[in-house]
Amino acid sequence: MQLVQNVPFFSIMLAMISAVVTPVLPRRAAKWLSVGMVSAVVCLHIWFLPFMLSFGGSYNYMMGHFPAPWGNELRAGLLETVIALALSIVMLLSQLSGMNKLQRQIDTPKQGLFYVMCNLIMAGMLTLTYTNDLFTAYVFIEIMALSSCALMMARQVGHTMVASMRYMILSLLGSGLILIAIALTYNLTGHLLMENIHAVIARYAANGAYALPISVIIGLFIAGIAIKCGVFPFHMWLPDAYGYSTSAASAVLSSVVSKAYFFLLVKIFYRVIGIDVVLSDMALNLMLVLGVLSMILGSIGAIRCLDIRRMVAYSSVSQMGYLFAWIGLGSDVGVAAAMFHLVVHALCKSMLFLSVSPLCDASGDSKRFVDLRGAGYRYVIPGIAFSLGAMSMVGIPVLGGFFSKIFFAEAAISGAGWVRITLLAALALSTLLNAFYFMHTVLGLYRKPREGFVRQPFIKSRLTAVTLSVFGAVNLAIGFFAKDIINLITTGIQNLA
Amino acid sequence: MKKKIADILRQRFYGDESPLDEDMIASLGEQPQGLTRSSNEALEALEGVRELRVQRAQEQEHEMYRQIHAWSYSSGVKIIQRLYRILSAVTCFGIVMFLLWTVNTLPPFGDPGNPDNNEVAARYVELGPGETGAVNMVTGMILDYRAFDTFGEATVLFTAACSALFLLKLHDHKDGKPTKTWLEAEYDDRFHEPKNDQILQFAAKLLTPVVLLFGFYVVLNGHITPGGGFSGGAIMGAGLILYLNAYGFKKTERFFTYRTFQWVTFAALLSYAGLKSYSFYTGANHLESGVSLGVPGNILSAGFILPLNICVGLVVMCTMYVFYTLIRKGGV
Repeated sequence: MQLVQNVPFFSIMLAMISAVVTPVLPRRAAKWLSVGMVSAVVCLHIWFLPFMLSFGGSYNYMMGHFPAPWGNELRAGLLETVIALALSIVMLLSQLSGMNKLQRQIDTPKQGLFYVMCNLIMAGMLTLTYTNDLFTAYVFIEIMALSSCALMMARQVGHTMVASMRYMILSLLGSGLILIAIALTYNLTGHLLMENIHAVIARYAANGAYALPISVIIGLFIAGIAIKCGVFPFHMWLPDAYGYSTSAASAVLSSVVSKAYFFLLVKIFYRVIGIDVVLSDMALNLMLVLGVLSMILGSIGAIRCLDIRRMVAYSSVSQMGYLFAWIGLGSDVGVAAAMFHLVVHALCKSMLFLSVSPLCDASGDSKRFVDLRGAGYRYVIPGIAFSLGAMSMVGIPVLGGFFSKIFFAEAAISGAGWVRITLLAALALSTLLNAFYFMHTVLGLYRKPREGFVRQPFIKSRLTAVTLSVFGAVNLAIGFFAKDIINLITTGIQNLA
Repeated sequence: MKKKIADILRQRFYGDESPLDEDMIASLGEQPQGLTRSSNEALEALEGVRELRVQRAQEQEHEMYRQIHAWSYSSGVKIIQRLYRILSAVTCFGIVMFLLWTVNTLPPFGDPGNPDNNEVAARYVELGPGETGAVNMVTGMILDYRAFDTFGEATVLFTAACSALFLLKLHDHKDGKPTKTWLEAEYDDRFHEPKNDQILQFAAKLLTPVVLLFGFYVVLNGHITPGGGFSGGAIMGAGLILYLNAYGFKKTERFFTYRTFQWVTFAALLSYAGLKSYSFYTGANHLESGVSLGVPGNILSAGFILPLNICVGLVVMCTMYVFYTLIRKGGV
């Protein structure tokens, strides 16, 4: 085994160890340790990706001296590497970009704990991406659930307290459903390792045995992850949580936490239950229905908002709906499109959250659209970043969002019968609604400025300027390299099964 | 009563004099004349109208909610509560029955031919003591075969303790002076906690050393007899809480403060991570770990399991104690 193959293990252990070390460090050291750890993980993955490309296929990594069904195991493949790299980049940029705001919004003695939570979320994200064992996944779901609650309430105001309480209850319900599903799976198959469960379930599916429990398992996994991602009927915690917590926390929650959960669901479909079994199962329609509903209703919710942060938050509901609906479509093309959109949306939504907060600062700390009029002139770089993100979400060509819309449409056309019509109609309607609320906001940012607010200097804070520029560049790059990325993802999905 | 709600709703939505429609018409009529639609002023006026309309609609919605709320408190409270209870009971009952039905189709409980009675369990039972050196197979499984999961579990406790600190901890100092909220909380606890409760103090004096010693024994013998870090740590935590209840914070603060908690969890989890990283790395790269398992049954045996058990026990003890103190006082 070559040294580079240890990268998943090194990354996870780095994140865990820095989480453990942070509480005893002074505040500044805690901050830079966290940033340094995430950058190290990004660098390790940049080293790892070319290796995985030339390696072709995947390999299992034994955690300890005992082989897989007895010991724990990680599994590294191309898709996992791409997702982990993208989400680590999002994490790094979010931490850097939200740093100044965070220092103002969170009580000084508690800022160290904020970085503990960031490190734990990083560890959870990496483990959910790389694990090959269902129970390890559950343990890290618990870690993610607790630490995302803490991130939400880091800025201690009434709204975030209520929101994190709601999230806590709903998220524990979601964890409970996932735990029941894992227990049922173990009872049926006697394994926790993904490959072994897959083999046993394939045998059952061939005999037609245990059809009902398998459907229930799929349904419970879908419901549990849907609650954690904030898809439509379970979205009531989301707008307050993303809308009022500090901007770095919103970006991390919307772009790292929910994406990691979603990737776990895809992994469960492909590697645990087997995509053939999932596709022929009725429970998958649940995903389609939830996805389509949340695409439309999330957008309508965003239109009703008078507050820019809540609008961006609601738009998350509708974008998670896209992911769910296109997995529910039930084809490899659909899953590839959803995975591409996962990367695009992670990069884009975090940029939106982080560019909104300087714009609000330049408008007298108000988040209302009326006060934000002309904020694009007052603070140039965040204005450009927001417009870029909004255009990408709407699907203006050359940006990443455009390609994900194209891949979505292609995948929907390859579907059958009424599913094709529903998805295409939902895509069209939702894009229209997206364009309405995002373009309305962008136009508002570049109208005649409202009086009474001071124009900010071009580079007020070097950190914000640099990170937002990098964010913008990454979002543009995703559009330029869309073809390569979707090829990577398609190969990765073939390896995943 | 029904009529009253119906009236409210009708007025809101279908009434002859719906204020929303009137406003809309009125505001549209007020549009400045002679301006092209694309000019900034016209856009601003339009947005103003939209803003006003949305606000009005929201005010009306709030008013409606307020009225319904008022009604529900006067006489609707009983109906709504009953409906809510019935509906939640029906939903839960439905889900429970459905899941029970599912469980009914699973393999029968305790049947030797069940799928979970497979090679995984067989190896844990048959080869466990030989491969891990631990006579207690459960400990061997959680701290050697599946040590990564257990590291995750210990970290869950650490996460929970840190989240509770985030939420509940009061700042004890600001610019070198104790803060007011902290002083009040301190006073509350000092004032209300039992002082000189002879029975409790006598019982604690007798029990605390025994409880702590027993907890420590359970932790140390985790690889030989039933028990281990999790259960032993819980016992030690309970012992500390008993002592705290009898003698108060002033006495426990002599040996257990926030800094103790920080450093103990830090040291325990870091040594867990260090030891296991070594064995994960050597295992994955097929290197010899060079750790001897010793004679199964001896206290110094089973490789890393003994230190790992101590680490887990310390983390569990600190977490339990910290939860208790945070809920009590808002500080450790």
